[in-house]
Amino acid sequence: MGHQVLAIRNRRKVILDIYMPIIYSIGLFIAILFIGSLLLYITVTGAHRLSWELLTNFPSSNPKQAGMLPAIYGTIWTVGISTLISLPIGIATAIYLNEYSGMEKLRSFLQINLNSLAGVPSVIFGVVGLGFLSYTLGLGRSILVGSIVLAFLTLPLVTVSSLEALKAVPDDLRLGGYALGATRWEIIKSIVLPRALPMMLTGSILATSRAIGEAAPILIISGLVFIREIPTSPLDRFTVMPLQLYNWISRPQVEFRELASAGIILLLLLLILLNAATIYLRYRLSKRR
Amino acid sequence: MGYGVLEQEFKVEEKVRGIRDEVHIKVKNLSVYYRKRLAISDINIEFLKNKITAIIGPSGCGKSTLLRSINRMNDLIPDATVIGKVYLDGIDIYDKSVDPVAVRAVIGMVFQRPNPFPMSIYDNVAFGVRINRLAKDREELDKKVEDALRKAALWDEVKDRLDTHAYELSGGQQQRLCIARALAINPKVLLLDEPTVSLDPVSTAKIEELLYKLKSELTIIIVTHNMLQAARVSDFTAVMMPNEKLVGTLIEYGPTKEVFTNPKDKRTEAYISGRVG
Amino acid sequence: MRSTLTNDPKTLKKRRLISSIVQNITFLAASASTIAVIIILATLINESISFFEKVNIFEYLTGTEWTILFEEKKFGILPLLNATLLSSFVALALAVPIGLAIAIYLGEYAGPKIKNVLKPIIELLAGIPTVVYGYFALYFVTPQFLRLFLPDIQINNVLAAGLMIGFLIIPIVASISEDAIRSVPLDLRLAAYAVGARKSEVVTKIVIPAALSGIFASIILAFGRAMGETMIVAIAAGFRPILSFDVRESMETMTGFIAQVATGDAPHGTIEYNSLFAVGLTLLLMTYPLNLIALRVLKKWAIKY
Repeated sequence: MGHQVLAIRNRRKVILDIYMPIIYSIGLFIAILFIGSLLLYITVTGAHRLSWELLTNFPSSNPKQAGMLPAIYGTIWTVGISTLISLPIGIATAIYLNEYSGMEKLRSFLQINLNSLAGVPSVIFGVVGLGFLSYTLGLGRSILVGSIVLAFLTLPLVTVSSLEALKAVPDDLRLGGYALGATRWEIIKSIVLPRALPMMLTGSILATSRAIGEAAPILIISGLVFIREIPTSPLDRFTVMPLQLYNWISRPQVEFRELASAGIILLLLLLILLNAATIYLRYRLSKRR
Repeated sequence: MGYGVLEQEFKVEEKVRGIRDEVHIKVKNLSVYYRKRLAISDINIEFLKNKITAIIGPSGCGKSTLLRSINRMNDLIPDATVIGKVYLDGIDIYDKSVDPVAVRAVIGMVFQRPNPFPMSIYDNVAFGVRINRLAKDREELDKKVEDALRKAALWDEVKDRLDTHAYELSGGQQQRLCIARALAINPKVLLLDEPTVSLDPVSTAKIEELLYKLKSELTIIIVTHNMLQAARVSDFTAVMMPNEKLVGTLIEYGPTKEVFTNPKDKRTEAYISGRVG
Repeated sequence: MRSTLTNDPKTLKKRRLISSIVQNITFLAASASTIAVIIILATLINESISFFEKVNIFEYLTGTEWTILFEEKKFGILPLLNATLLSSFVALALAVPIGLAIAIYLGEYAGPKIKNVLKPIIELLAGIPTVVYGYFALYFVTPQFLRLFLPDIQINNVLAAGLMIGFLIIPIVASISEDAIRSVPLDLRLAAYAVGARKSEVVTKIVIPAALSGIFASIILAFGRAMGETMIVAIAAGFRPILSFDVRESMETMTGFIAQVATGDAPHGTIEYNSLFAVGLTLLLMTYPLNLIALRVLKKWAIKY
C-alpha cells in the first residue's frame, strides 16, 4: 500500500472544507451590514435634531417646535399599567404551572393556551381590544384598554421567563423544606421565590422593552389622534412613542422625517438602556453563584 | 521491512510471532493531552497484520484514547493534543503531508453504542462508498453493499428489506450494520471500541464470530473491558493501567494465552484475577 | 423559617388553608390566558358574523376586488390575501437562506467567544421596533437602493416591505435552526467522520438532514410572524388594495387594511368596522394552524433526541 493513498487526495474537497465556512458566514455578514447601515442612516439623518425640546414639547404642525411629550407620557402610563397587570398574572401562572399543578392533562391544556396566545399576531390583540374592551365593555379608546392589551400581549413572555426562573431552582431545596414540615406556599414564599426573583425580573424587563416598541395594537386602539394634553387618567385618549413616530413618518415634509429619525434615536436609546439593565442583572446573577 | 530494534521494552519478540507476521501499525512514544491534563503517556506498541489485538484495562485508563489516536479521531476533539508517532505500514499518519480524512478511509472504526445514520439500511452502508467515490455505478454500489452486509453477518436478515429505516433494527443488528458500514469502504484495519457492551449475549456472540472470520482480510484492534471476550477472541492482548498519577500506560503486551495464564506484570495478574479494576 | 412551623394542629390547619387558597389564586391566574384566547375567538367570530350577514361569504373568499372604502363596495379578500402572502414570501426568500447560513456557521464552525458576541447582534434584528424598519424601507431602501436596480419601482412597494420583514424574522429562523443543528448527536457525526467524511460533508450530508424538522418548524414560525406584521407594511407597502404579482407595486395587505381602517374613522357598527374583525379572523385562521404545526414538529423532534 503506497504513500499516495494517504496523501491528500480529493483536493477539491479539501478546498471545500476551507471555503464552506466562509460562504456560510456571508449570511452573518449581510445581517451585520444591514444593521450597521440602518443605524448609520438613522444617526446621520436624525442626530442633529436631538434636543431637550424633543422630549418636552407637544406635537405641532411646525416641525421646528414639535416634541413627543404626550407620547412619552402615554408610553409610561401604558407600559407601567401593563406591567402591573402582566407581572403578577405571569408570575402566578408560572407558580401554578411549576409548583402546584399535578394533573398532566390540565397542565398541558393551560400550556397550550399560553402558546396559542403567543402565536396571535399583535395587531389582532388591538382589534379584539377595540371590539371587546373599548366598545363591549365601554372602556373607550383609552390608556386602560391599551394597557390591558399590552399586558396580554406580553403575558406569554413574562410567564415563560418566570417558568424558567422557577425551574432553575433546584428541587433539593424544595425537598429540604418539605422535610421540615412546611406547606407548599411556605416553600414557595421563603425558598423558591427569593431565588427565582432576579431571573423573573430580567424576564419582565424584556417584556417591557417589547411593549415599548409595539405600535400596531396601540394604533388600532387609539387611532391616529392628535393628543394635545398630557393624559391625567387611565380613561383618557393617548398615544405612544412608536405611534408618534409613525405619525411623523407619514408626513411629507423633510423636517418631519428628520424629527422621526431623532425620535427613533431616542426610542432606541431607551431600549438599549433597558437591555443593558438586563445584561447587567444577568451578570450580577451569575456572579452571585 | 525491518524496523530495527525498538528502544522500548515492549515489542513482539520474533520467536513469539510467526515469521510471516508483519507489523501493520506501530505506535511510538504516544502521549495524549486533554487540555493540559495528560491522559495516556508514552505508549509503545506494535499491532500485527491480520491478527486480532485486544486492549484491556479498567475504566478510564485511556484505552479509547489510544484507539482514537490510531485513526486520528482525536483530531476532532478541540482540546486534545497528540504527541508521538503512529506508523501505518511505515508511514507516519501524523505527518503534515497526510490527510486525516484519508487515514479514516483506511482505518475504520465501530463505536460503543450503535450509531447508524437516520437513513435506510442500504444508505447507511452505501454512505462511505458514496463519499469516497468507490463505486462507479449503481451495480457496483449494490455489490459493495451486499459484500459488506455479508461480512457483517447481516445480509440474510435484511436482504429483502434494504430500504427499511435503520432504526427499526434491533440493537445487535444495528451494531452489525455499523460494522458493515465500516467494512464497505474496504479498510485495512478495523478499530472497535467496546462494540458489544450494550448488546445481549446472543448478539455479542454473533459479532465475536464475525470478527474471527474477518481476521483473514483485516487487522483488528478491539478495546474491551470484558476480559473473557478478550480471551475468547484475540490473538494478542495489551493491558493498560493508570499509574500513580492516574495517567494511562501500557503495562503488558503479548500473545493472549500468555498474558492470561502467565502474566509478567503483577498488576496484570491482579487485574485478571479480579482484585483490581 | 420561623415560628410558623409548629406542630400545633390549629395553626397547621391555617397554614394549609393559606397554601390552598394560594393554589386557587394562581390557578385563576393560569386560566387568564385561556380566558383571553376565548375572548379573542369570541369577539372575532361575533363581529364577523355581523359582517357576513351583510356580505356574501363566497364573494368574500373569491372576489378579486376590495373597494370597501369607496362608494360601490366590493368585498373580495383576495387582493389583501395575495399581498400578505407575497410580502411574506419575499421575506422568507431573504430570511431562510440567511438564517440557515447563520445557524450553520454558529452551530458548526464558530467558537464560543465569537458566538457570544454574534448571537446578541442577530437577536437585535428582532428587537428593533417595526416602525423603524418601515421608516428605513420608505426613505432609504426604496429610493437609495432598490431604485438603482429597479428604476420603475414605486415609492410604496411590496418588495421593500418584504425585505424588511425578512430581516425582522431572521432571528427566528437562525435561533431555532441552530438549536436543531446543535442537538444532532455527536455519535452520528463521529460515525460519519469514521468512514472518511470531511467536515463540510458531515454538515451537509448528516447534520442538516438530521436537523431538518427543526429547521422546517423555524421556517413555519417565521412565516406566521411575517404574515402578522403590520407597521412595516403600513408604512412601506401602502394602502392600495389591488391584486397583482408585481412586487414593485404598492399593495395593501390584510394587516395594512386593518391599520388603515383604524387610522380612519369607522364608527362602531358600520360595515367598515365589522370588516376589521372579518379580516382579523381570516388572518388568525391562517397564522394559528401554522403555529400548531410548528409546535408539533418541534415536540416530535425533541422526543427523537
